[in-house]
Amino acid sequence: MKYMLMIYASEAAENAMPPAEMGAIMQAYGAYTEALVKAGALQAGERLRPVTDATSVRVRNGKSEVLNGPYADTREQLGGYYVIDVPDLDAALVWAARCPSSVYGTIEVRPIWEM
Amino acid sequence: MGDVAAARRAAEATARHSYGKLVAYLSRRTRDVAAAQDALSAAFEAAMQQWPLQGVPASPEAWLMAVAKRQAIDAQRRTATRDAATDDLLLLTPQSTEDTDGAGRTIPDDRLALLFACAHPAIERGVRAPLMLQTVLGLDAAAIASAFLVPPSTMGQRLSRAKAKIKQAGIPFRPPEREDLPERLDTVLEAIYAAFTQGWSDPAGLDPRHHNLSDEGIWLGQLVVALLPHEPEALGMLALMLHAHARRGARRDAVGAYIPLAQQDPSQWDTALIDEAERLLHRASALHTIGRFQLEAAVQSAHIIRRFTGQTDWTAVAQLYGALAELTGSPVVEINRAVAVAECEGAAKGLEILDSVADDPRLASYQPYWAARAHLLAHSGARDAADAAYAQAIGLELDPAVRQYLQQQRNRL
Repeated sequence: MKYMLMIYASEAAENAMPPAEMGAIMQAYGAYTEALVKAGALQAGERLRPVTDATSVRVRNGKSEVLNGPYADTREQLGGYYVIDVPDLDAALVWAARCPSSVYGTIEVRPIWEM
Repeated sequence: MGDVAAARRAAEATARHSYGKLVAYLSRRTRDVAAAQDALSAAFEAAMQQWPLQGVPASPEAWLMAVAKRQAIDAQRRTATRDAATDDLLLLTPQSTEDTDGAGRTIPDDRLALLFACAHPAIERGVRAPLMLQTVLGLDAAAIASAFLVPPSTMGQRLSRAKAKIKQAGIPFRPPEREDLPERLDTVLEAIYAAFTQGWSDPAGLDPRHHNLSDEGIWLGQLVVALLPHEPEALGMLALMLHAHARRGARRDAVGAYIPLAQQDPSQWDTALIDEAERLLHRASALHTIGRFQLEAAVQSAHIIRRFTGQTDWTAVAQLYGALAELTGSPVVEINRAVAVAECEGAAKGLEILDSVADDPRLASYQPYWAARAHLLAHSGARDAADAAYAQAIGLELDPAVRQYLQQQRNRL
């Protein structure tokens, strides 16, 4: 089964981290991604640029609204994602718990709609 | 005509004994609980049509499973979603479970896996226990709704959503890893106990839905204790159930009238079951982790101590309910505590406690609240108020024997 792991974390908290700490997290992500590959679970994954670089679009009544910023102002922001292929939810939850940002953020695990 | 009756009896017996096992076996392989239930419904209907003509099969379980499997496969084909689950089903050829020579290959018991699927953290908390009751024990949504003080339509919707979640989110059908087991266990225990008390409310076995529910509850409790011999709450829950079960012969007299606990004849209690319950509670207390089931079992101990002393230890009962109230914040616990406190300190003190929970909307249709209130009002001399409370309690009571008892109490005012 395929799941998307959505990584929510406070950008403000991350920006406030000392470089050494952020460096450790980046290394951890490298190891995490490699572990996913070795397990044959990784389908996709990207880190997203911060929400200050985001633009949002809505089309209502034929009119395009282009807004500066993310979909919603939240305490934690979507910082990246993985798409993994694992046997069941428990396996996905284990990977989510291993994600380096899980210790200071939240990982949402959502099944992918099989077509 | 006789064949139809025999077929019906056989189908009902199989439903009572094996429904959960069949649902669990099928659900585990398809991950689709709702579809498993539908397939089994169809299989039971087929049994009602074919068994009168062909005779009751030597292994009814295997027959039903074979039909249900074919139904489930057909249903999946119709939705045109060919997936791993369908392939699993097809691999289980009819011969693997169909009993052709009467040797009776048994369906493996996957009920524990189903219980833990129902209690998965990804399932909304309030629906875990109801889900277990419906899928493992075959209770209908209305009965479950009443046990949990929730409207039946709400319960139906919650159950549907939960089953959809199990399927869509890929919740696994297997007991959790050892390190997760204690946490996940608590909700399993709650559900098993809820099922047990459903059966307990019908000691004469008049309602076919309740039949064997106490036995099923105890069986599941014993299974969990066997799997987790060092889990204090599992031990506590089994102790609690055995205590209650030990007294089932004493709760109705020879003509079926209701006898409240404090007036039961101790010689009618099953000593062996009580001793077993006390042993389990002792084992649990040695593990030094108090919990709600152990406290409730300890309350039972305090009640039945009168088989030796001639008196219920009401002080202990009140203290234990106090500890339980702190642990759970449940208004039901407060009702029981009020009655115990009244025995120690007088009806007025008990009524104070009842007043403190009177605003809880769930209690408006909760018979024991009104019965307790009536009892304490009667003892404090508030005759008219007691009469009104008894009327409420009588109107809410489902059990005719209890209704009659309440009516007698009301008449005595």
